Amino acid sequence: MKRRKLEELFFRILMLLATTIVGGSFFLIVGTVFIKGIHYMNLDMITKTPGGGFYIGKEGGVLNAIIGSFYVAGGATILGLLISIPVAIYINMYMDGKRFLSNTVRMAFDVLFGIPSIVYGAFGFLIMVYFGLRASLLGGIIAVTLLIIPILVRTLDEVIRTVPLELRDAALSLGSTRWEMSKVILRQIRPGIFTAILLSFGRAIGDVASVLFTAGFSDNIPTSLREPAATLPLAIFFQLGSPVEEVQGRGYASALILTVIVLIITMLSDFLIKRFSKHKI
Amino acid sequence: MTKTPHISVQHLNVHIGNQHILKDISINIPDKKVTSIIGPSGCGKTTLLKSFNRLLDNTADVKIDGKVLVDGEDIYAPDAEVTHIRKKMGLLSQRPFPLPMSIYDNVAYGPRIHGIRKKSELDELVEQQLKATGLWNEVKDRLSSSATRLSIGQQQRLCLARGLAVGPEIILGDESTSALDPVSTAIIEDLFISLKEKYSIVLVTHILRQARRVSDHIIFVYMGKIIEFGPTEEVLLNPREELTREYAKGFIS
Repeated sequence: MKRRKLEELFFRILMLLATTIVGGSFFLIVGTVFIKGIHYMNLDMITKTPGGGFYIGKEGGVLNAIIGSFYVAGGATILGLLISIPVAIYINMYMDGKRFLSNTVRMAFDVLFGIPSIVYGAFGFLIMVYFGLRASLLGGIIAVTLLIIPILVRTLDEVIRTVPLELRDAALSLGSTRWEMSKVILRQIRPGIFTAILLSFGRAIGDVASVLFTAGFSDNIPTSLREPAATLPLAIFFQLGSPVEEVQGRGYASALILTVIVLIITMLSDFLIKRFSKHKI
Repeated sequence: MTKTPHISVQHLNVHIGNQHILKDISINIPDKKVTSIIGPSGCGKTTLLKSFNRLLDNTADVKIDGKVLVDGEDIYAPDAEVTHIRKKMGLLSQRPFPLPMSIYDNVAYGPRIHGIRKKSELDELVEQQLKATGLWNEVKDRLSSSATRLSIGQQQRLCLARGLAVGPEIILGDESTSALDPVSTAIIEDLFISLKEKYSIVLVTHILRQARRVSDHIIFVYMGKIIEFGPTEEVLLNPREELTREYAKGFIS
């Protein structure tokens, strides 16, 4: 009896410890960024583009990178969804009699999922060179889209597979076509689509390697798809590498901005998921 | 029977993977009657039911031989129109699966995909079918609220109303009361009995008392074969086959 109680206590402490480490490091990371960055945080940071002497510690902000990041991540997420939703529906709703084929497609996306983002950056760069494009917003969007399509497809695939088969049968037995049935399933998985959007947007807005060659960097806010665009992760990277203390501090402030953006998106999607799961079984 | 039966199965064989699920099934389902398919778990009764509206098609590695004639038309013929066949049959599954939309839209879904667009026409259909399943008085003030807020018994009646709204001739029930409480079960059973005036009904059930209460005919399936088919009382009380007798007594389950 005593041994069982000891065992219970031992593992309980172990689990508590692990949970504390995870929770603790979350606060440690956010805390560090906050403490180091908040001192350099001001309205200029989020309302102004870099001024003449920004990179030696003078006036300006990172609005160019904030807007650029939203353009790149937003554009890639929209483009990615347009491609991923049909793929996920096709492998689930139209290939269900051909398990070998659908599993091969799934495996391909698993492999793509694991490819490091620098490879997507390099591949995107090759495509750009082929089409004679310079580093630009469009190039960045294409590279990041390639990066997040596997995430979107795999997430949507998982979500669709949680839908009970009987719901498909229910729609089909009313005489619906496969596409009409798929629309019912899409309604059913709306909260899941938001999760997929959140995951891929979060990945897209934080990735450096894929935009390094493709989106380039610019102190101006891009006004067309052919202009280079700054992104927050790159802005952080450049500023943290500076020997000037002021610029380094702004690097942390930029990291703080990125963290807050991701936080807001997480909360927004949480809210939307609750709203849209109204009709879910 | 003089005229063609609604459903006529001729030498149906179904393989899933390398398992022979249904073995040489031939049967005519009586019109405007309730027919129950009974048999032990895994004997193929659900497979048989699903072969009637080609929901089997969606199973992986399935191989179907033989003929299923619905109104004289072979539904497994290469040029058969699946959506048209399925429209003729309402399916009521084990647990209710309302579509992820409002009560009204659930019933209106079928008519809408089959081309009815006029609001007044849809309104009338929805009211008519909800009345037919006894739900109207319970839901008429909250037609636009989510179907998932209904109790499970109400959801099952909604699913029946949804199926009836496309104007089927046949109702297929796959253990349709197995998730319901006794009161809801009784309501659904009574509905089946009253609906047989207009529809031919085929039920899969593992509850012998239910089969006895609602059905006119019974098909006893065992290991993928039809062992016995006949009027309810005869099959249950005075079976011709020893296997049926043992099952009815509860010796095989």
